[in-house]
Amino acid sequence: MNDTTRAQTVEAIIATHARTEGPLLPILHDVQHALGCVDAATEAQIALALNLSRAEVHGVVSFYHDFTEEPDPRPCVQLCRAEACQARGVEALVAAAEAAAGKRVRLATVYCLGLCSVGPAARAIGPGGDHLHARLTADTLAQVIENA
Amino acid sequence: MSAVTKTVRIPDDSLSLAVGADALAAAFVAAGCTVERTSSWGMHWLEPLVEVDGVGYGPATPADVAAILDGSSALNIGAIAEHPFIKPQQRLTFARAGRTRPLSLEDYAATGGWAGLHRARAMSGADVIAEVTQSGLRGRGGAGFPAGIKWQTVANAPGTRKYVVCNADEGDSGTFADRMLMEGDPFQLVEGLAIAAHAVGAQTAYIYTRSEYPHAIAKMRAAIIAARDIIAPLHMEVREGAGAYVCGEETSLLNSIEGKRGVVRAKPPLPALEGLFGCPTVVNNVLTIAAIPHILSEGGAAEYAALGVDRSLGTKPIQLAGNIKHGGLYETAFGITLHDLVYAIGGGTASGRPVKGVQVGGPLGAYLAPDQFDIPFDYEAYARADALIGHGGVTVFDDTADMGKMARFAMAFCAAESCGKCTPCRIGSTRAVEVIDRIRHGGAQAADPLSTMPQMHNARKSARSVDEEIALLEDLCETMKFGSLCALGGFAPYPVLSALKHWPEDFTNGDVQ
Ligand SMILES: Cc1cc2nc3c(=O)[nH]c(=O)nc-3n(C[C@H](O)[C@H](O)[C@H](O)COP(=O)(O)O)c2cc1C
Ligand code: SF4
Ligand code: FES
Repeated sequence: MNDTTRAQTVEAIIATHARTEGPLLPILHDVQHALGCVDAATEAQIALALNLSRAEVHGVVSFYHDFTEEPDPRPCVQLCRAEACQARGVEALVAAAEAAAGKRVRLATVYCLGLCSVGPAARAIGPGGDHLHARLTADTLAQVIENA
Repeated sequence: MSAVTKTVRIPDDSLSLAVGADALAAAFVAAGCTVERTSSWGMHWLEPLVEVDGVGYGPATPADVAAILDGSSALNIGAIAEHPFIKPQQRLTFARAGRTRPLSLEDYAATGGWAGLHRARAMSGADVIAEVTQSGLRGRGGAGFPAGIKWQTVANAPGTRKYVVCNADEGDSGTFADRMLMEGDPFQLVEGLAIAAHAVGAQTAYIYTRSEYPHAIAKMRAAIIAARDIIAPLHMEVREGAGAYVCGEETSLLNSIEGKRGVVRAKPPLPALEGLFGCPTVVNNVLTIAAIPHILSEGGAAEYAALGVDRSLGTKPIQLAGNIKHGGLYETAFGITLHDLVYAIGGGTASGRPVKGVQVGGPLGAYLAPDQFDIPFDYEAYARADALIGHGGVTVFDDTADMGKMARFAMAFCAAESCGKCTPCRIGSTRAVEVIDRIRHGGAQAADPLSTMPQMHNARKSARSVDEEIALLEDLCETMKFGSLCALGGFAPYPVLSALKHWPEDFTNGDVQ
């Protein structure tokens, strides 16, 4: 996507939230989804449209884990490493998961997917869609990463 | 296979999907069955649980389809409603769990849906609030503040623009009741919010849901559209969080909806007086709001108040999580003991090993040891034990758990999720991780180079022993408890101090990593 089409995409997103109260987060979600990141140029464009300073927009982008300043087109597997999944043995799966992911898959840590009674749990987001997986073992997690 | 088309019921909540419910449903369709997608009963160790004529089979895979249909399957658990995990529960908030199709308006209306809203609308806002107060309902999100008093404050506040905000951020590990409610019975939350808005005079209701819950968001959005005419003229909208745990704190949540960094606000002003966009705002947890339709139905408030103990009235949806054999959702009146929850109901650990301890109330909750398991589920009883009920998550650990490591994790989590507004939490949590590491490595090997600098007049110039490091950790925890602006920094010391108290050996000869 070149700069002009990016700017047009962002403009269209901003327009859909013209009547939204507190539109910044909904806009950032849509931008992150459409462009894979919220870069500096986009921050400036949003700031101008919402009558904010670029620093204010940047402050918000950098506060929330979901928004990134650079795109990462790789598939992503989010592995839950919060307490309940730790109690069910997720830590023993981490090393093998990292090996399986290599550089091809982004292995991220999340704290709880709401599947705490059937952990270890993961969410895979990639070309194949957005899917949850639970009761993971070293083998099934490697499979999830493989398929991501 | 039988000649008549059978109807089988399979849940479609995200937990069931995570353990293969879609493939199972497809296999039943391929076998010629009609498949109804329902909510989950909450017996998670049995998911995906298939229901055929009231009888349950689980956990089922596509390979089990033929045996389930001819009745020969060994997965048969008998009549689901009579199951020992389900039968003793007192399900008010989760009365429809497993029984209805989440987005079916027909199912919702047929099971008493909208009765509370219709009744409330025929009453004045003040009368609705009086019934909520009479029910004794307290906030289910953590602090246990009486819902009726909060609503009253908003109703009395000057101004015509008011808001109701549902806190659906459910960031605590070990909790999933909000998710189950939103995915399984979304209309109940819509109805509860509509009643709340009527009671306090609000025009807009927001549901702030964490982005880790895409299924809950989709179900809530669909439910709001389907119920639009019923709740009109109220405007209701789902807002998606962006991966910040602290946005579950109510003032940080309001900042987030306003499009700001999710930084905690100082109180006062209370959100009830100056909340969203500076207007009077009710902020309540999903389970608080979801309890409302029942309370507002005929005789509901009195029935609610008759359950529970002391000042903890009504029912609490408890979530059994972690290393537990029978994990899932258990809604019952307050007063039940941990012993009953963990052993009688939960069946002990999933690993079959002895229980080492449980954490109640999420990442900020204390760890409780088995010798404390006679404690009744009651806000005040937990407070007296330096513990908290929080959102009602019970996470079980077996004897392989390293509690020193869990204590370190509690502080590392606090450091990662701190909003950064106040020093004890922002910096104290990081320092606490370092102190715990030193304790686990047998004390500092040398004096801290920063402390030995000439400018550091009051700092210690020699290395600390393990006992001195422990005293330092306790001191730091006290500072965080009393000096933090919100409960993230204020309660992170609880898991640490409780772990240190019950399992000191895990700090001093733990397997250090
Ligand atoms: C760090 C932190 C996280 C919180 N997370 C949640 C949450 O996920 N859900 C929730 O309902 N309350 C959460 N709370 C409590 C809220 O601040 C607030 O007390 C609650 O939403 C009030 O609703 P209630 O009275 O119905 O419980 C959190 C508090 C803190 C300090
Ligand atoms: S205790 Fe932590 S999260 Fe709470 S206001 Fe202070 S810095 Fe922010
Ligand atoms: S702790 Fe892993 S899903 Fe909740």
